Amino acid sequence: MERNHFHRQLALTRQSLFDQGFLDEQFIQLEELQDDANPNFVEEVVTLYYRDSARLIHNIEQELEKSNLDFNKLDSYMHQFKGSSSSIGAKKVKAECSLFREYCRTGNGEGCMRSFQQLKKEYSTLKKKLEAYFQVEQVGQVHPPHSKLKSFVV
Amino acid sequence: MMENGFSSPRSEAFPAGLRVLVVDDDPTWLKILEKMLKKCSYEVTTCGLARDALNLLRERKDGYDIVISDVNMPDMDGFKLLEHVGLEMDLPVIMMSVDGETSRVMKGVQHGACDYLLKPIRMKELRNIWQHVFRKKILEVRDIESLEGIETIQMSRNLSDLSDDGQLLCGDDVVSLKKRKDVEKKHDDKEVAENSSAKKARVVWSVDLHQKFVRAVNQIGFDKVGPKKILDLMNVPRLTRENVASHLQKYRLYLSRLQKENDIKSSVGVIKHSESPIRDAAGSIGIQNMINMQHNDVPKNTYGFLCHAKIVQSVNPRGSEFDRKGIGSIPASESKHTQTIDGTELCKPRSSQKEFGHFLKPWEPGVNLAACDRTFMSRGSWCAIPEIQMKQEHNPSCLDDGLKELPIPGQRLQMKADFIQQALPIDSGICTKERDVSGTETTKPLYEHRSNVSHVSKLGFTVNSSLLQAKTCIESNQAIGSISANPPSGKKSEFNLGCMTKLEPVPKDIKWGACLTSLDNDYKRNANLVSSSDSGINSSQSQTSAFMPNYMDNEPISSQAPSMKNQGFNLNCFADLESSQRCVDWGAPLFGASSDDLQVSWIQDDCYAMNLGLQNIDFSEYRDPALIGEVPVHLYDALKFDHVNSSDPTEYCVIDQSLFIA
Repeated sequence: MERNHFHRQLALTRQSLFDQGFLDEQFIQLEELQDDANPNFVEEVVTLYYRDSARLIHNIEQELEKSNLDFNKLDSYMHQFKGSSSSIGAKKVKAECSLFREYCRTGNGEGCMRSFQQLKKEYSTLKKKLEAYFQVEQVGQVHPPHSKLKSFVV
Repeated sequence: MMENGFSSPRSEAFPAGLRVLVVDDDPTWLKILEKMLKKCSYEVTTCGLARDALNLLRERKDGYDIVISDVNMPDMDGFKLLEHVGLEMDLPVIMMSVDGETSRVMKGVQHGACDYLLKPIRMKELRNIWQHVFRKKILEVRDIESLEGIETIQMSRNLSDLSDDGQLLCGDDVVSLKKRKDVEKKHDDKEVAENSSAKKARVVWSVDLHQKFVRAVNQIGFDKVGPKKILDLMNVPRLTRENVASHLQKYRLYLSRLQKENDIKSSVGVIKHSESPIRDAAGSIGIQNMINMQHNDVPKNTYGFLCHAKIVQSVNPRGSEFDRKGIGSIPASESKHTQTIDGTELCKPRSSQKEFGHFLKPWEPGVNLAACDRTFMSRGSWCAIPEIQMKQEHNPSCLDDGLKELPIPGQRLQMKADFIQQALPIDSGICTKERDVSGTETTKPLYEHRSNVSHVSKLGFTVNSSLLQAKTCIESNQAIGSISANPPSGKKSEFNLGCMTKLEPVPKDIKWGACLTSLDNDYKRNANLVSSSDSGINSSQSQTSAFMPNYMDNEPISSQAPSMKNQGFNLNCFADLESSQRCVDWGAPLFGASSDDLQVSWIQDDCYAMNLGLQNIDFSEYRDPALIGEVPVHLYDALKFDHVNSSDPTEYCVIDQSLFIA
């Protein structure tokens, strides 16, 4: 059935996010928190994350533009960012954060810059993927009124 | 963003409805945590700023049960918030961070965090946070008890100094008190030694130290007091700000509790003591004074405190050491140090009961505590439970104040009662705490017993009394949920932590042992007691139990005589005269002349230290082998103990370590 096919696709998409290392178990935790009281919990959290982290990204960018890098400050920002990213299970993004902090620790400005670029890439990639995922999920939700969102989750 | 999470006491079964305050500057985490906590059926209030959190907490002091806070926050360092909360509200605080570096975690613990969670946080981790609330309650009672104990001792010490006459109030009983001097001296030395030991040595809040502390507090002015100021004023080397902070916290609790108790009318509580034959060793042991006191009301513990506090202020500190004897034996004049601890009564009202009327009477102007007579009961059913009766000489100048403060004449007796109870552990304190409530009269006898017990514990008797109390508590169903967390010996009978009334009434399966240990705010104390029980008390026993760290569910310190151990603290033990022997034993050491006792009581301070993360107090530290050895020799040589266990310092060490499991 079309619906089944659709659901299966969705499930596969979701699974690939995990398989490719974009998301970790924390995302599943979020999914488990979703219930009737908060039917769109996961999406809300992700949205919140992207909104809040944009601010952090901006701060870091500004810091990196300075001629004299304040590694402590950078580290502090990144610490925050990492914490935030851990909230949705953004695995790759988190890994990049750790790398960035390592560079900060060693005072490697170049390394920080590179790492940050990579981080931004991962960050936007994940964002796109999640956006697409939620959209499809919504579609699935609309279609079969009696099917719960959970059913999409494998 | 804040949600109103204030609520009235939970109606659901604990831990549902636990009132949690979450503080995190990350809105994403705040949202997630809120959802997670709600799923645990907790009542959640969220806060994005530390300042807001503090305001919320201050606005409603009793509005929350636990605080969860992130370490890194823009407006205030998480550790600072942690300190504030600990000092002002004394709530358990859990730290969170994405950074799990050991140094950070350690810092958290040092600042008093009861747990440190790493982000991302799992549901299961949040489900268990209630244990911190529970544990804190238990410890609180214990701490207060110990504080009371300290104060009591100090008071008695001061009183003793004032008067050399150690008459007993009780005519028939022969009371002998140990000479305090040497004990004190030893204690002093020990204290010094301890203070100068390794950096992380645990701080033992000896009577002396505490007195300094109180003086500093009074000098600064209670409202303006702060750990730093106190620390500076006290001018004690190696005392850290954290030590003071933690102690201040407990002191505050103690005072507020006194306050409450003040309002509670309490008649003289008489502690029932089973009579036990006292073996009177030549010289060293006086006749055991087993007075059965009818416990009418539980004298408030506060009594002890109040009086003590006052006295402390007005009297010059006696000496640095904590005079065990002091606890039990106020009048220093007695040359015998025998403290009779009658711990059986609560549990077993059996023996003849004598009204301990005279104890109560003198209360009025002076605190007349019956001299403590420590005797060990070697009799079958009765363990040699030293009975400590404190006799306080009335010193008009200093006592008056104190007396005035005493809400109830009978309170004093409590002290005695405390002694009576064998090792009245803090439990009583705990129970009493709960009791706090007015109406001791209305409360069941348990309370009374409890309070007595607590007194005892104040004196440094621990465990045993608690055991007794626990028992009573259970009966009266005061209990708090079973302290399953620490079933120390595992065999304890149910222990009712009356004090935890807030919690849903718990079924009787509270283990006594658990109670004891947990109630025993100071494991060490017990340990000390135990160790000091060279006197033949089943120190090992007590030790075991004593050492049962509050937090430990552990297994009784099996290093000691296992069977005994549990027994010691087993309420059953107490309840059972036969077994009481065992139990009693450790009571004895408490009041033994040995300074170990002192140590014991101070050990609880360790507890404080623990808060600061100064763990690993090496029990053996306190257990000065020399002391241990000394005590028994002069103290108990004439005593015959059924179970003679020389404290083995090593054992203590073991225990010690176990204590810090948490």
